[in-house]
Amino acid sequence: MSEIATYNFAYLDEQTKRMIRRAILKGIAIPGYQVPFASREMPMPYGWGTGGVQVTAAIIGPDDVLKVIDQGADDTTNAVSIRAFFRKVADVAVTTETAKATIIQTRHRIPEHPLTAGQTLVYQVPIPEPLRFLEPRETETRKMHALEEYGLMHVKLYEDIARHGRIATTYAYPVKVEGRYVMDPSPTPKFDNPKMHMSPALQLFGAGREKRIYAVPPFTRVVSLDFEDHPFEIQTFDQPCALCGAEQVYLDEVILDDKGGHMFVCSDTDHCEKRQACGHRGHLAPAALEPAQ
Amino acid sequence: MTDEPLLRVTALSKYYGSRIGCEDISFDLWPGEVLAVVGESGSGKTTLLNCLATRLLPTSGTASYRMRDNQWRDLYRMSEAERRFLMRTDWGFVHQNPADGLRMTVSAGANVGERLMAIGDRHYGNIRSTAVDWLGRVEIDEERIDDEPRAFSGGMRQRLQIARNLVTGPRLVFMDEPTGGLDVSVQARLLDLLRGLVTDLGLAAIVVTHDLAVARLLSQRMMVMKDGHVVEAGLTDRVLDDPRAPYTQLLVSSILQV
Amino acid sequence: MATPLIVSEVAKAFTMHLRGGIRLPVVANVSFSIRAGECAVLGGPSGAGKSSILKMVYGNYGVDQGQIIVDHHGQLVDLATANPRTVLAVRRDTIGYVSQFLRTVPRVSALDVVAEPLVARGINRDEAHARASELLGRLNLPERLWSLPPATFSGGEQQRVNIARGFITDHPVLLLDEPTASLDATNREVVISLIEEKKQKGTALLGIFHDADVREAVADRIVDVTTFAAGKVAA
Repeated sequence: MSEIATYNFAYLDEQTKRMIRRAILKGIAIPGYQVPFASREMPMPYGWGTGGVQVTAAIIGPDDVLKVIDQGADDTTNAVSIRAFFRKVADVAVTTETAKATIIQTRHRIPEHPLTAGQTLVYQVPIPEPLRFLEPRETETRKMHALEEYGLMHVKLYEDIARHGRIATTYAYPVKVEGRYVMDPSPTPKFDNPKMHMSPALQLFGAGREKRIYAVPPFTRVVSLDFEDHPFEIQTFDQPCALCGAEQVYLDEVILDDKGGHMFVCSDTDHCEKRQACGHRGHLAPAALEPAQ
Repeated sequence: MTDEPLLRVTALSKYYGSRIGCEDISFDLWPGEVLAVVGESGSGKTTLLNCLATRLLPTSGTASYRMRDNQWRDLYRMSEAERRFLMRTDWGFVHQNPADGLRMTVSAGANVGERLMAIGDRHYGNIRSTAVDWLGRVEIDEERIDDEPRAFSGGMRQRLQIARNLVTGPRLVFMDEPTGGLDVSVQARLLDLLRGLVTDLGLAAIVVTHDLAVARLLSQRMMVMKDGHVVEAGLTDRVLDDPRAPYTQLLVSSILQV
Repeated sequence: MATPLIVSEVAKAFTMHLRGGIRLPVVANVSFSIRAGECAVLGGPSGAGKSSILKMVYGNYGVDQGQIIVDHHGQLVDLATANPRTVLAVRRDTIGYVSQFLRTVPRVSALDVVAEPLVARGINRDEAHARASELLGRLNLPERLWSLPPATFSGGEQQRVNIARGFITDHPVLLLDEPTASLDATNREVVISLIEEKKQKGTALLGIFHDADVREAVADRIVDVTTFAAGKVAA
C-alpha cells in the first residue's frame, strides 16, 4: 500500500471530512433541507458521483463494509470504479450483498432487500433542487423552501396530467419530508419512493457539482406529492423477472437481439442473483443454472 | 359599502440616494374603488406602485392594509411570509409585459391554477374546471388550456395574466400600464374586459398608466404625478374635465383628437 | 326634504396655465335652490355659464367659492368641498344626470347601458332589465337595437338610450343637459311626460333646454344665469 501512503484515509483530509460531517449533521437535524457545503474536486468528473463519494468518504471508517450500486447493479463501470476507489484509499471491506453492507452508495436505486437500522444509504444527486426546472432563480427557490411555498411543485404534476392524462413523472419524483421540506429523491424510479418512508436506515444525499448535502434520518415520514383525484402510484410490471421470477421488484428492459427480442430482469443484480441461488427461476433463466433434479 | 378603507397610505416617500422616487404621498383606497395614477415616465408612478405592492421598500411613510379579518396591518412590518401570502391570495399584480407575470413554459391552465395550488388546492379536476371557467371569463378559448403562453398573442397573454391574478378572488389588484405595448384595437378589448371584471367582482385597483383614456374608462379617482409628487388628485372626470394644475392642463391638452 | 338642492354664492373661474396663467371668470355669486317636485331651467345665452353650473352641481367641475348643498340620505353634503368618495355616493343615490352625449362603452348592450345605474344600486339584473325595456319602449327605440352596443347608433338613438339611462333611477335630484337636442317631435313629447312624472314623484329637476317649446312645457321657473355674470361681482 506504499503508493497511497501520501493520501489521508478515505482520500479527503480531516478538515474537509469535518466540514462535510457538519453539513451532514445539519441535514439530519433538518430533514430534507439542502445544506450548502464546500464541495471538493474529486479524482473523477462531475456526474460520476462526486457528491456521494464525498459523503461516503466523510462517514466511512476502517470497520465499514461498503457496497456500491449503479442503477441497481454492482458490476457496472461507475459502481466498480467507486468500489475500487474506496478499497484503495480506505482499505475497507467491500461487498455486493445488501444485507452485509454498512454503507451503500447508490446511483439511482434503492436495493430491493429491506434496509435495516445501522445501515446508511448514500445517494448520488445530480440536481438537488426539485423546483429548479420551474424556477431558475436560486434566491427564489431558497425563499420558497424557507416559506414552505410549494404550489409550484404541483404545477409540474398538473402539467403532467394535462399533457399525458396522468402523472407521467417516473423518476426524481418529488417527496415531502416529515411534513415540511419538499425534496428531490435523486433520479431513483418512483417505484423506490415508498421505501424511503419510515426507513430504519439513514439516508444521505450528496450533490458534488451543486454543492449540496441533505438527509432523511431513520424513521422519517416521506410522502410522494400527488393530487386527490390522481393519487401517487408506483410502476407495475405485467411480467416477473425473466431470470429469477421475482414479482413486485423494479425491472430493467434488456435488449436481446436486433430483431426486437427483449426481456425484463431485476435491476437489483444482487437481489436477482440471491434468488437464483435459492432456486428461483424465470422463464429465460439459463438452463445451466437449472437446479439438478 | 364598507365604512373603512382597504388601504391607507400616509406620507410615503422613496429616495434613490439623493434623487426623489416619490415623495410624501398620502391617500386612502376604498373597497371596489379604482384609482388611476397618471404621469409621464420618470414621474414616480411606478416607484409608488412598487412601494405599495411591497416590491420595493419605501424610505419613509406607512401603508396599512385591512386584511380579510378586518385587522389593519402595516405592510412594511409584516413578515415576508405573510406578505407573499397576501400577494398571491388577496392581491394581484398585472405587469405591463405579460412575460413578467406569467410562467411562459407551463400551460395556460397551469398558469391560472398555480395560485390555487399555492393555497393548497389538491384536486386536479377542480383546478382544471376553475381554469376553464377563468379562461372563458377572459375570452380565451377553452381549447387553448394546454397551450403555453409562448404560443399566445400579446393581448391573449395579457388576458391570461389577468385570469391568473384574479382566480383567488383578490380584493386589490395593482396594474402597471396594463394596456401598454398592445395594438389599439387589442387595447380597447382588454380595457373593456378589465372594466367589466372590476365592476362585476367589486375589485379595488391601483392602475398606473400614462394614457388618460385608460384612466377615464377604468377609474373613479385619479392622481396626477410629476417629479415624484402628486400635483393633482380627485374624481377622475373632475380632473379630466376641469384640470387645475398646470401639468394636468398640459397632459389633458396633449391628447390627440381623432 | 322640501329643498333637496341649494346653490349658494358659488363662483368659478378657469386659470389657463398654458396661456400664461390668464384667468377666465365664468360665473360668480350663483345662488338658487330647487324644491322637490320643481323643474328649474337655467336660462341665458350661450357662454353665460349654464353648462358650467350644471357640471359643478354634478362634480365634474371644481368650485372656487361658495357651497352646493345637497340632501343626501337626510344629511346635508356640500359638494363644493366633498371628497371624491362622497361625490360618487351622491351620484349613485341622490343626483342623476342626463348628458347631451352618451359616453359609449364598446361591447355593452343598450339594455345594459340603461339598466346599469339600477344594478349599481343593488337591484337585481332581471328587474333592472325589465324597467330598462319599458323605458326604451316608451322612447320608441326599436327593440332589435336593445341588445346591440349603442356605439353605432344614430345621434337620436344614442340620445334616447342616454335619456332612458338617466330617467331609470329615482334620484331625488336630476340634472338635464339638453336632453331633447336631437329628438323628433314624438320623442320630445315622451321626454316632456317623463319629466312631468318625475315632478309628480317629487324629484327636483335642474335643466338646460335650448328648445323653447320644451322649456315652456316643463319649466316651473327660469334661473337667469346672466345675473351671475362673473364681472358683476367685482363691482
